[in-house]
Amino acid sequence: MYKALADAIRDAESQGTSLAEVALAAEARDNGRTPAEIRAVLMRALVVMRSAIDQGTTGDLRSASGLVGGDAAKLRSSTAGPLAETPFRDVLIRALAVQEVNAAMGVIVAAPTAGGAGVLPAILTGLAKARGVSDEKVVDGLATAGLIGAVVAERASLSGAEGGCQAETGAAAGMAAGAATEMLGGTPSQVGHAVALTMQGTLGLVCDPLGGLVELPCVFRNATGSAIALAGIEMALAGITFAIPVDEVIDVMGEIGREMDVRYRETAGGGLAATPTGRKLAKERLYQIKRSDA
Amino acid sequence: MVSLLDIIGPVMVGPSSSHTAGACRLGLLARALAGGTPQSGLLQLHGSFARTGEGHGTDKALVAGLLGFRPDDERIREALQIAEREGLSYRFEKTTIADAAHPNTVRISVELDGNSATMLGSSLGAGRILVQEIDGYPVEVTGNFHTIVLVAEDRKGSIARITGILAEHDINIATLKLTRKEKGGDAFMVIECDESPDRAAGRELKALDWVRWTRRLDKVSGG
Repeated sequence: MYKALADAIRDAESQGTSLAEVALAAEARDNGRTPAEIRAVLMRALVVMRSAIDQGTTGDLRSASGLVGGDAAKLRSSTAGPLAETPFRDVLIRALAVQEVNAAMGVIVAAPTAGGAGVLPAILTGLAKARGVSDEKVVDGLATAGLIGAVVAERASLSGAEGGCQAETGAAAGMAAGAATEMLGGTPSQVGHAVALTMQGTLGLVCDPLGGLVELPCVFRNATGSAIALAGIEMALAGITFAIPVDEVIDVMGEIGREMDVRYRETAGGGLAATPTGRKLAKERLYQIKRSDA
Repeated sequence: MVSLLDIIGPVMVGPSSSHTAGACRLGLLARALAGGTPQSGLLQLHGSFARTGEGHGTDKALVAGLLGFRPDDERIREALQIAEREGLSYRFEKTTIADAAHPNTVRISVELDGNSATMLGSSLGAGRILVQEIDGYPVEVTGNFHTIVLVAEDRKGSIARITGILAEHDINIATLKLTRKEKGGDAFMVIECDESPDRAAGRELKALDWVRWTRRLDKVSGG
């Protein structure tokens, strides 16, 4: 697999093809599978993603602790906000839905992780619906997203415990922005700018879940992460470029993660988890989980 | 090397790839060591597994693995109740295994029909796992391959005989590691294979009079 997005972009441009194609070719070389077999695996992932969205927008879900759940349905039934009837709002609903399913121990695709699993399906399926994009193109989007995620894993990190939330929902937003930019007709170079324009907006984001649980703020971070990805997509497709090359943006995300105090890396020792209310809620809810299992 | 399919996946029951999916995979390997659903299991949780495990369903996922459920099986949610019905008696303990141990580490001791086994394993993130110890022998099992573990008397030519049997069954070896606790003591072998070893190969290995114990650990992760 590629270790720099710049290399993948150069190969795609010189071959006159997409990043999805060069990603599938690289994966086929590495793992001895055909691109068709890899597409079939990604198609199964897409089916699971759609099913999680359905479950999360229609079902009555509560997490183990009861801290999160039901907000995707609440947003779906409201018309109060300024984004009513826009694909933007549909994406937010989908991101909340997947993450609520995850918190309720439903089935999701960890892409790149379970904690950031809402962003990619929300952006790809939400925008595919709005623009009438075929499933085949959405699967291409998953391949492009996988390439971006693999480069982030190689150069920085995809783990909140290592790099904070910038490495989970931030990386997910970068993957989703790049994938959707290509899915909507962007060039390989525009994909690179979409990733950079998105991830510059999530640099420094800490991982501070209450009680260490993948619930709060994780569910909402998937929605706000999706919003940042949409901004990146909109700017990149308009031809806006980001002056710092995408691989350098990814590198600095890794660097910030390594410098981040351990309190802000999934340990519930800082950030929202360590606020007076955060501590109180975590204590109450963890007690409740123990009782309900007994 | 990072695979695209590691990034878009695994398909799993939430909420945490390390605390839920990885825990389930560790349970599956412990089940394979027992040779089936164990009658009893002791699960000693260390670090973050002990501190936030309950909220992440780590307990359910570990027991689900012992029952043979994979990380995408929705029965993980009811695994503790199902264990009671299936006659698996389990017990959790919170412990400190070693200060330097990975934060998500568990020691699992299982017993089935008088045979027992103990393993120490960690969940490394994104569902990846590593078993570091089986019955006191230091090992490195990732679950990314079909793996054969066996304990044999320390004697000359044993590796040649074993690899010969695998070759006859058309099984290619990806990695092979041999460890022993002392010179002349029993040897512990971990053989990672590209193909799933068939039952006949397992029977032939077991039939060698100097092989004391062998188990097949089916692949639980990887593309």
